[in-house]
Amino acid sequence: MSELLERLKEKVSSQFGEALIEGHMDYDFPVLVVAKPQIKDILAYLKAEGFTYLTTLCGIHFPDNVGAEFAMMYQLHSLERNERVRIKTFMSEKDIEMPTITDLWAAANWMEREAFDFYGFKFKGHPNLKRILNMDEMNYHPLRKEYPLEDASRHDKEDKYFGR
Amino acid sequence: METTTPSVENKEYSTLNLGPTHPATHGIFQNILQMDGEIIMSAESTIGYIHRAFEKLGERRPYNQITTLTDRMNYCSSPINNMGWHMTVEKLINCDVPKRAQYMRVIIMELARIADHVICNTVIAVDTGALSGFLYMFQWREKIYEIYEAVCGARLTTNMGRIGGMERDFSPEVIEKIRTFIKEFPVGLDEFDRLVTRNRIFVDRTVKAGPISAERALEYSFSGPNLRAAGVDYDVRVMNPYSSYQDFDFKIPIGQNGDTYDRYMVRMDEMRESLKIIKQALENLPEGNYHAEVPDFYLPPKEDVYSKMEALIYHFKIVMGETDVPKGEVYHCVEGGNGELGFYLISDGGRTPYRLHMRRPCFIYYQAYTEMIRGSMLSDAILTMSSMNVIAGELDA
Repeated sequence: MSELLERLKEKVSSQFGEALIEGHMDYDFPVLVVAKPQIKDILAYLKAEGFTYLTTLCGIHFPDNVGAEFAMMYQLHSLERNERVRIKTFMSEKDIEMPTITDLWAAANWMEREAFDFYGFKFKGHPNLKRILNMDEMNYHPLRKEYPLEDASRHDKEDKYFGR
Repeated sequence: METTTPSVENKEYSTLNLGPTHPATHGIFQNILQMDGEIIMSAESTIGYIHRAFEKLGERRPYNQITTLTDRMNYCSSPINNMGWHMTVEKLINCDVPKRAQYMRVIIMELARIADHVICNTVIAVDTGALSGFLYMFQWREKIYEIYEAVCGARLTTNMGRIGGMERDFSPEVIEKIRTFIKEFPVGLDEFDRLVTRNRIFVDRTVKAGPISAERALEYSFSGPNLRAAGVDYDVRVMNPYSSYQDFDFKIPIGQNGDTYDRYMVRMDEMRESLKIIKQALENLPEGNYHAEVPDFYLPPKEDVYSKMEALIYHFKIVMGETDVPKGEVYHCVEGGNGELGFYLISDGGRTPYRLHMRRPCFIYYQAYTEMIRGSMLSDAILTMSSMNVIAGELDA
């Protein structure tokens, strides 16, 4: 699997140069971390290279990672060669506008709406960017880490009771 | 949302609210249809009516408690979801599951697939007006639920298995029940087959209803029987074998036109293939342990908890969710009843996942529904939905 990573790194860096920040293996998965401005070009390039199946995409929030609080994750699959790849891009909280990939994959439509609904990513050019699973009236993005799941007054699960 | 849209011929369309609760949609889906007589001109789907925030809940729960959330996704085949989740965590903690446990999982997962397809196919028949097949076939689903019950004590939301294997070995009763099922189910399936598959009314209703081409299906990231009905032979069990699926000999049935009839036929053939897998797995069920030695995750036997210090500590740590988990990111997918069911898990070493994203096949392919029903009759739209096997629990997470 790591030869796939080397191959992809070489291809993407020869096409996009500095836009490829790093690449590594996460268990059985090659992961490429790329710069946000080129994300759509890189995804389009990989699609042309045979990664024609969009497996999934989702947002991630790292509030402690100052300057790069948000991340988007895309997973592509080449059904012909049975190769999978994960593309990640990090961005700061102030700049969570992303290019839409609905014109590359029709399936991205609801997935991007889900990422908008839960994290507030603004997908520029999305045909119908509105909430999908939550109520339209909701005025926050619930999967962000600043919203605790449980009542903040609950003390029975504090770390000190578990010796940490 | 406009209520009426005058067309070039100065026609007015009527708006029909199909759902959110409508007996013909088998679940909570809303579709606002613009109708020209009985022809659907355009549709808009609204989903999220039973959204239960599983991804958020997952960030607060220890790993063994997330299994119960997965039950409630595709509740027609919950053991597949359970085991998909267990395998994800096993990948994260680098745990090798013994062959016997893998075979046991395969048997249960294939039974779940049969139960899932039984519901889907009989409901297609019901929506064409054939109720008796549904009533006959439901006894087979009941038999499968009895097997679940004998394996784990639960029927619908099974919470079956543990991280590391199964919670107990198959009892002789379970083996007996599975053997009886293998013997008797084909008879019932053939009866249903004779009743429905070549029935004139059924064929007229389903052929060319709600078709989708292979290209469009791939654009929409279809997976599972719906993709295979369009002619693409993508099956996770073959493409990325997990739980020893590479040991078994089975075929991937595919269709041609991606219409309701092909989706029905693919599911019919898959049930027979599943049965073949169960037969092979049961005949070759290896001896050995039914779970891996991962005391950090696998609950010790109750009598040890009362008599051994170590077991008590492990028991406490697991129940309180105090197990150390390695840091890492993993994605694991299984072939669920509806297609590629994936779990994307980020662990930061804490007691709960840092982020848990579920790739739910229903959520992804249901967005093609409005495109598939455009220009068709309302009655075909109902059939298309039931043949896609959209499960509200999986759709809304």
